[in-house]
Amino acid sequence: MLEVRDLSKSFGGLKAVDHATFDVRQGEIVGLIGPNGAGKTTLFAAIAGFHKPEAGRVTFEGRDITGLAPHKICGAGMVRTFQITQPFAKISVRENIMVGAYFHTADWRVAAREAEAVARAVGMEGQLDQRGADLTVAGRKRLELARALATHPRLLLLDEVMAGLNPTEILDIVEVIKRIRETGITILLIEHVMQAVTSLAGRVYVLNQGRMIAEGTPAAIAEDPQVIEAYLGHGAAGALRA
Amino acid sequence: MNRPLLCLAGLGLAIVYPLAVPNYFVNIGMLVLFTAFIGQSWNLAGGFAGQTSFGHVVFFGTGAYTSTILQVTYGWNPWLAWPVAMIAGAAVGWMIAVLSFRAGLRGSYFALITLAFAEVFRILANSVSFTRGGLGMLIKADQRPLNFQFKDPIWVYYLALALCVVSILIAWQLTRSRFGARLIAVRENEDAARALGIDVFAEKVKVLTLSGAMCAAGGTFYAQKYLYIDPNIAFGVDKSVEMLLVSMVGGAGTTFGPLIGSLALTAINEVTRSLASVVPALKNVQPLSLVVYGIMLVLIVARLPDGLMGMFRRRPHHA
Amino acid sequence: MQDLQIIFAGILNGLLAGGIYVLVAVGLTLIYGVLHIINFAHGSLLMLAMYAVFFLWRLIGIDPYVALPVVVAGAFVFGFVLYRLVIGRFSHGRDENILLITLGLSIVIDNAALLFFGGDTQTIDVPYAGQFVELGAAFLPLPKIISFVVAVLLCAVLGLYMAKSDTGKAIRAVAKERQGARLVGIDVDNIFAVSYGIGIACLGAAACLLMPTYYVTPSSGHAFVLVAFTIVVLGGMGSFIGAAVGGFIIGITESLGGLLLGEQLGQIGISLIFILILLLKPTGLFGSKA
Repeated sequence: MLEVRDLSKSFGGLKAVDHATFDVRQGEIVGLIGPNGAGKTTLFAAIAGFHKPEAGRVTFEGRDITGLAPHKICGAGMVRTFQITQPFAKISVRENIMVGAYFHTADWRVAAREAEAVARAVGMEGQLDQRGADLTVAGRKRLELARALATHPRLLLLDEVMAGLNPTEILDIVEVIKRIRETGITILLIEHVMQAVTSLAGRVYVLNQGRMIAEGTPAAIAEDPQVIEAYLGHGAAGALRA
Repeated sequence: MNRPLLCLAGLGLAIVYPLAVPNYFVNIGMLVLFTAFIGQSWNLAGGFAGQTSFGHVVFFGTGAYTSTILQVTYGWNPWLAWPVAMIAGAAVGWMIAVLSFRAGLRGSYFALITLAFAEVFRILANSVSFTRGGLGMLIKADQRPLNFQFKDPIWVYYLALALCVVSILIAWQLTRSRFGARLIAVRENEDAARALGIDVFAEKVKVLTLSGAMCAAGGTFYAQKYLYIDPNIAFGVDKSVEMLLVSMVGGAGTTFGPLIGSLALTAINEVTRSLASVVPALKNVQPLSLVVYGIMLVLIVARLPDGLMGMFRRRPHHA
Repeated sequence: MQDLQIIFAGILNGLLAGGIYVLVAVGLTLIYGVLHIINFAHGSLLMLAMYAVFFLWRLIGIDPYVALPVVVAGAFVFGFVLYRLVIGRFSHGRDENILLITLGLSIVIDNAALLFFGGDTQTIDVPYAGQFVELGAAFLPLPKIISFVVAVLLCAVLGLYMAKSDTGKAIRAVAKERQGARLVGIDVDNIFAVSYGIGIACLGAAACLLMPTYYVTPSSGHAFVLVAFTIVVLGGMGSFIGAAVGGFIIGITESLGGLLLGEQLGQIGISLIFILILLLKPTGLFGSKA
């Protein structure tokens, strides 16, 4: 469904993303992990049209979308959420989600009903009248999710949707994401919270310093010495084995 | 508070008002409604879409000069010139939007460039022959409705009321339409809006075009009422400030904000005027009202960002 | 040849005016560079300073050049206090908010001036106003030359102060990296107020240098604000060199514009430059990425 080939993006002299190559097949949940500063969010931003990559290609459902504007990429069926949540602060949760819903309808009433349905799906129906600015972190994360869902995407890019949540909230969101996958939406998620990755992702890619260093099931990459070194430092794999 | 009932009552009051008061107050009422109308044009772009403009008068003057030139120089009927003036305003709005937003201007830079555009238009109007330069343009008084001139100020009032009502309906429609929701999304967070499929550039251009057309309509109305325009009246910075002020004071991004703001500012103006009769040293009170407006603007921006309407709204409880 | 000489004269006059513009622009760019505030009240405050110079001359008989130290000091205090009481209090949130607040401030100042000083144009009569210095075809008014020299000197002094003094270094630190400056113990809020004060002090100096050859009315603020912004945007927001270069370019543009297009139309050059810079190179000649 999504093919990323040799994607590269630099800022000044720093290569944030270096020849990233990976696939996401329809119906999967794919995880993207890596230590802080590995370039995961930059990769998302480059795929979703917020940065123009210097090299490489992104193909979505057979269509080359490299470097397209974000709103056009949404039009193609791919939507991203933001790691640092970006709620529409002054308007209500309902109105926030409606903005997403308006993507596929022009009718105000239809959009409102859609927003309520999506809110129910992510567990926000009690907060529909709250202002975006008044939500807790967990609420904002759900809102990011809900807004993106309301556009009826086929591929959802979730950027650290668990960050800042307590264990209970994490379990809730994991269930929500599983339900979302059951409706047929493919998911690519960036995550630091390992329990979420292991319980959700069928396949995982590991990014370190802009480069893909491993790919496999969550169990397999947990044993991969390169991955261990990326997180724990040089020689850690050997030290752990000893 | 039953909103629709309140609106109907207000409308009823507004219709009956000129019949019950002397001409001086009819005129004041007309100005309140007119200022609310052009304020609403600013509000669409500045309040709903968050694109603060400091040079909105550029649309006002474009409308005023377009209809006046067509009338005076080419003999057009002003009613026919009116839509052309609106098209001219829309065109200028479109041009400024495309240029500014293509260049990626936002926030304060956008505000300043609109100021510069207004200034350019003012200087041109002052120097070009077909606007009669600094002399200004005089519309021949021929007070028949056919000429978009009215002997009885009550008709001017009703026309202003109609315009004001239309502007409120437009704003109200925005609050329950996709276009309006998208403008608000653009105002709140452009990146998030983009991620959700909104063509931010296109929406900004659309709203500026609409705003330009509306404001230009006001320009023609003004020219027909006072039968004289010159570069300072048409493109002077005071009108820009006035439009911005009524919207911000009343509540930027709200349907009734400009009307409330217009009422508030007119009330202040009348109060300072009556002060002049009490304190003879204050010969010219106009600046005093403006001093008050300036202070209000600072307080509104700092403490009451939703303006006076913000005080009426019930805030949902925090989590 | 005749035309060339007139143009030469125009350039010289523009250069002289430019010196004072530089002073105005330096204050504005300092305020932006340190506080990230677009001080829309800059023109109005200049007008206020000019009235101060006028009244000092009218009521006490002080020559504007002699009054310079007093006016500069007074302007600094005024700016410092204005920041503490008004601007500093309300300067959080979106950048348009500060712009609107300084707009409100300028409305208050402009109209208070109109209320208290009346709308008449006021000028100062200094005994040496009529003296000219001849340079080819150019007849340069002596006060203008004095003003130019003083302006350049003051800019140099300010530059030295910023480079060598402790406060100057602190100001530059805050401009570069606010949080870092706080961490090393700099009283950032005080630096903000001081910077704003210095910006207004520049206006005080400019007022003293303008009044001998210029006039003041309550609407002078409007005229200057667009010029000041154009210079700062042309030179690059936050850049001193930019303000200097921009000031001279604008001074010359204004002078030549007036020569070639007439007094009225000539003013269009400044607004057009402003528009073009914002559309084509918003960071200006010397500015860093916004």
